[in-house]
Amino acid sequence: MCFQQKMIHSLFLINCSGDIFLEKHWKSVVSQSVCDYFFEAQEKAIDVENVPPVISTPHHYLISIYRDKIFFVSVIQTEVPPLFVIEFLHRVADTFQDYFGECSETAIKDNVVIVYELLEEMLDNGFPLATESNILKELIKPPTILRSVVNSITGSSNVGDTLPTGQLSNIPWRRAGVKYTNNEAYFDVIEEIDAIIDKSGSTVFAEIQGVIDSCIKLSGMPDLSLSFMNPRLLDDVSFHPCIRFKRWESERVLSFIPPDGNFRLISYRVSSQNLVAIPVYVKHMISFKENTSSGRFDVTIGPKQNMGKTVEGVVMTVHMPKAVLNMNLTATQGSYTFDPVTKVLTWDVGKITPQKLPNLKGMVNLQSGAPKPEENPSLNIQFKIQQLAISGLKVNRLDMYGEKYKPFKGVKYITKAGKFQVRT
Amino acid sequence: MTDSKYFTTTKKGEIFELKAELNSDKKEKKKEAVKKVIASMTVGKDVSALFPDVVNCMQTDNLELKKLVYLYLMNYAKSQPDMAIMAVNTFVKDCEDPNPLIRALAVRTMGCIRVDKITEYLCEPLRKCLKDEDPYVRKTAAVCVAKLHDINAQLVEDQGFLDTLKDLISDSNPMVVANAVAALSEIAESHPSSNLLDLNPQSINKLLTALNECTEWGQIFILDCLANYMPKDDREAQSICERVTPRLSHANSAVVLSAVKVLMKFMEMLSKDLDYYGTLLKKLAPPLVTLLSAEPELQYVALRNINLIVQKRPEILKHEMKVFFVKYNDPIYVKLEKLDIMIRLASQANIAQVLAELKEYATEVDVDFVRKAVRAIGRCAIKVEQSAERCVSTLLDLIQTKVNYVVQEAIVVIKDIFRKYPNKYESVIATLCENLDSLDEPEARAAMIWIVGEYAERIDNADELLESFLEGFHDESTQVQLQLLTAIVKLFLKKPTETQELVQQVLSLATQDSDNPDLRDRGYIYWRLLSTDPVAAKEVVLAEKPLISEETDLIEPTLLDELICYIGTLASVYHKPPSAFVEGSRGVLHKGLPPRTGSIEGPESPDTAPSGEPAADQPSVIPTQGDLLGDLLNLDLGPPVTGPPMATSTVPMGAVDLLGGGLDSLIGGSGSFTAAPSSTAPTNVGAPLGSGLGDLFDLTAGVGTLSGSYVAPKTVWLPAMKAKGLEISGTFSRQVGSISMDLVLTNKALQVMSDFAIQFNRNSFGLAPAAPLQVHAPLAPNQSVEISLPLNTVGSVMKMDPLNNLQVAVKNNIDVFYFSTLYPLHILFVEDGKMERQMFLATWKDIPNENETQFQIKDCSLNADAVSSKLQGSNIFTIAKRNVEGQDMLYQSLKLTNGIWVLAELRIQPSNPSFMLSLKCRAPEVSQYIYQAYETILKN
Repeated sequence: MCFQQKMIHSLFLINCSGDIFLEKHWKSVVSQSVCDYFFEAQEKAIDVENVPPVISTPHHYLISIYRDKIFFVSVIQTEVPPLFVIEFLHRVADTFQDYFGECSETAIKDNVVIVYELLEEMLDNGFPLATESNILKELIKPPTILRSVVNSITGSSNVGDTLPTGQLSNIPWRRAGVKYTNNEAYFDVIEEIDAIIDKSGSTVFAEIQGVIDSCIKLSGMPDLSLSFMNPRLLDDVSFHPCIRFKRWESERVLSFIPPDGNFRLISYRVSSQNLVAIPVYVKHMISFKENTSSGRFDVTIGPKQNMGKTVEGVVMTVHMPKAVLNMNLTATQGSYTFDPVTKVLTWDVGKITPQKLPNLKGMVNLQSGAPKPEENPSLNIQFKIQQLAISGLKVNRLDMYGEKYKPFKGVKYITKAGKFQVRT
Repeated sequence: MTDSKYFTTTKKGEIFELKAELNSDKKEKKKEAVKKVIASMTVGKDVSALFPDVVNCMQTDNLELKKLVYLYLMNYAKSQPDMAIMAVNTFVKDCEDPNPLIRALAVRTMGCIRVDKITEYLCEPLRKCLKDEDPYVRKTAAVCVAKLHDINAQLVEDQGFLDTLKDLISDSNPMVVANAVAALSEIAESHPSSNLLDLNPQSINKLLTALNECTEWGQIFILDCLANYMPKDDREAQSICERVTPRLSHANSAVVLSAVKVLMKFMEMLSKDLDYYGTLLKKLAPPLVTLLSAEPELQYVALRNINLIVQKRPEILKHEMKVFFVKYNDPIYVKLEKLDIMIRLASQANIAQVLAELKEYATEVDVDFVRKAVRAIGRCAIKVEQSAERCVSTLLDLIQTKVNYVVQEAIVVIKDIFRKYPNKYESVIATLCENLDSLDEPEARAAMIWIVGEYAERIDNADELLESFLEGFHDESTQVQLQLLTAIVKLFLKKPTETQELVQQVLSLATQDSDNPDLRDRGYIYWRLLSTDPVAAKEVVLAEKPLISEETDLIEPTLLDELICYIGTLASVYHKPPSAFVEGSRGVLHKGLPPRTGSIEGPESPDTAPSGEPAADQPSVIPTQGDLLGDLLNLDLGPPVTGPPMATSTVPMGAVDLLGGGLDSLIGGSGSFTAAPSSTAPTNVGAPLGSGLGDLFDLTAGVGTLSGSYVAPKTVWLPAMKAKGLEISGTFSRQVGSISMDLVLTNKALQVMSDFAIQFNRNSFGLAPAAPLQVHAPLAPNQSVEISLPLNTVGSVMKMDPLNNLQVAVKNNIDVFYFSTLYPLHILFVEDGKMERQMFLATWKDIPNENETQFQIKDCSLNADAVSSKLQGSNIFTIAKRNVEGQDMLYQSLKLTNGIWVLAELRIQPSNPSFMLSLKCRAPEVSQYIYQAYETILKN
């Protein structure tokens, strides 16, 4: 007899202090000691984010993800596609988030039976069974305070006893018999700017990662068509399975029968340099002096190509060099904190008013005797611009077929900083 | 009211209490108790002692309770096989339940209980469930077959489940199809010899249809399965590609990468001239780039794969350099991978940007990353000549920072730059010498010592510098010791007068005071050399060094091709074939890229092929015994070997041959499509068994054109009168990498001849019979027999005059006879004799002019194209064609079995039947025979 388990053999959930707080085995039980290899790698990586996602041990492979301060460590015995496993693990985390409102150790421990039922439902012999939230929720009802009270009184269960309708239809993402009194369809066009700006202020790299997140509450089987003013912008797109690819190819229209509730309709990437506007600029002067164990810090943030909209929610974080002991700064706007342990400087700026540009300046105290830091810290900037998709993407119209009622429709645009870094 | 209450325990002893609760009469209490048991399981507590009590709760109509009990069973059935039997009845009953959910649950759980005794009870319910009216049950049952197969493969086969599973591929429900495919692929993977996934155009079509309809996970299974298919021609490959490309826009990155694998593989078959080929290349870039905006773990796997893809097809991502720029808060494992890909994509067009980035990285905090960045600057200098100067000055800037590890890395790479561009940047040596004292890593010390030794004549105090290292000679690592020894000998040869003492000292340290055999040996060699023949010593030690190659860390091409077939798997993350690391992989199949069809053009574009020394360029992979067996097992996958039976084929080949000549063709079959574009791929007709194995690749692909090297008509080698009535005539041929001697033995005597044997004398290329001479029946008077004797080139070598002389001894029951014959050299031209374009140019320049020989081929009326296709049939490959002032110039390469490369320039004037042939070769004595081969091939 030989044991060969395709895909995931076991799953361990580990918190940041290294406690294994949940384990699930899809076949035979694998001893917790296998996680020692993971702990070893974790120790070596120092930073939790740096633990390599694929670790080999003498008899297994450990493929892990780090989400919401939890390591999801899966144990693999044979050749598998690691992306398959990683995608699946993220889906597990998404499901927890969806069911319990947060994906945290407490939430998981509080709902351990549901967690176990979910894991069992999601994977069979290594083949993912049901990972669509719509289907899962019909098989296993999410906990609500009300239901658990009712359950304990009436003795009813949180396991659905009929087959989910969507599971086998050609539209597995939608359940049948959806009914709403208010029929609504909302689309959020969210764009994040990833950019690297060099010392002199010129753009080294910039691209826009966009998504359209939808919240669809429509009765029956609505068939939607979403069209854009400028679909040419979208040349690198990933679709939700509900979208009819052929219609998109031929007409550049998103045609789909939507899942019920919240889902990501598409994600896209706009990379050509000239299309990516950079909404803020940063003037900086950061220097360290060798002999006085001190340095100067002076940063100003101003609006740039912001299409006349207000840049708000601005936060700057800087990982200062190790040798920095303390910082003595004055902010003309907002407040700043410096954590002497992690060496992270955070400046919560708020809104930028062009008339009076926010500035943060002052002295940096270095460890006495330590050599002057070689590296210059990068400035990480966050911001938000409401009512603007920075790529210029605009929804033209939404049409609905297949149902008679008139839905309420809404589109919202927002631009945010993604990984927006300014080198100094 | 949360589940955490289930974790609280009382002092009495948890198990005891749970037992009581499980046996309670109250349903609700029972359920709560089972939940507590499950909660204990989730934290790894052993609650197997409760097995009988939990199983007792199984018979219930409460679905939640039933599910919980099932959960428990799956965990512990293995450790309690006898108890698990208790559950069987309930399972069987549940498989008949009117609720499909319960039927599915039961069959699924039964399959998870890995207990032999249970499996026999499983068969009947499973058979029913496979044909259940409800697709949910069918798809669950499909997976269950794979589970059962894992427990008891024989049972599954005997019960005919495999056939039922195959039928499910045509199921009306796409989910069922996907699971059936998944189950079949899993079974097939563990039994590569079973012809389970019978992929043919019809079944492929079904899969492609299912691909559009099933879930993301099913799509991955189907795509991985498609990747194992071998389309019959380029048209089919293109149509599959067209139907797979929409998957590149899927939100699930695993789907995307599996689709990339299929496309990368089938692209091999498409002609590069095709418009569609270009379209496909363009379509591949965006999804790969998109993977990089996903979570860091996904990025990491994507990057490891992109690393392979850019080595195979750099053109896909050549404009996407910027997405690989490193963000300061990328995890370190992402940073290192991005850096690697940046260097691979570096070119003259983007080098300025790349260098600016690398310089930025060299001041980061993370030491590993900084080191790699510094090294990367050196690699750029070597790769892009135009940037070398800028790279060197960047490195000097970095040395000025005096950051210890930066300085050391910089010195290591500067040494490589010196190797690549000798006599160009020596002005920086002074700066390097200033940092001598700060070097504490062996690699950096060795590099510095090498530099000092190499440029000893320009460094005034070279002797002092080297002497300073000598003080702690025994504390140095071997690497440094060896380098120091060589450097001081170099110094001595350059400045003998002042350094005699120093060299004495190092030689005695190396030979007398060291335990290291390498060091001692090297010491002695130098000592002897210096004492016997200082001129020779100079020639050896100060010899001109070969240039180092432009690309470093390239994956060896056959391995790369295999890895491309494993895109998206662990193998692609580790850059090793699965056979190298997967535990318990049973008979892992070697995967290979399909040969390109529909195009005569060479499969490798010049810019993708790695360059290196000609000798090193030749991959020599020797499969292990296990691999060989694996390949042998695959024999029955293809159609039976066709072709006329040979005199030798009934006899099992000697082991020697399987490991010798036969292996080359095995490799040719599994890995190196590069060696044989299908337009020239010969069939195995008449080839010995060994090459038949390799040929399967062609056979299964349905390619079967008859061609091979030119074969001269048979001539009489041994007249009857000289051999007591035995007449031997024969010729030589080469097909699919194997050489054979085709003989006709005729009995012109009056008595029957038998007991034939053959032997060769030692000869220039080590030709030897690969099998004994087999004449089945005794040869009656006036009878002849045709025999094809397979030859290999692993025999003893002795230079003959003429070079292609072969002395043969044939024995029969009458006597032993000797004769000699000349073999045409083209039977020694190997299939992978196509040199990469740049390599050709470099080699041509590199071979001294005195090695060039010119010949005239008269009276040949062929045009350039006909010439080159004719020659290609005999493994003389045209690398480039130019038209200069009305003349066609063909540049050609060929390689002999012993690894000697011959480069040729063939000048053809349209009006003139005489061709000019110039041959360049490091072993010019073969040229004349190559010329003869040209003549023979072209004139026949």
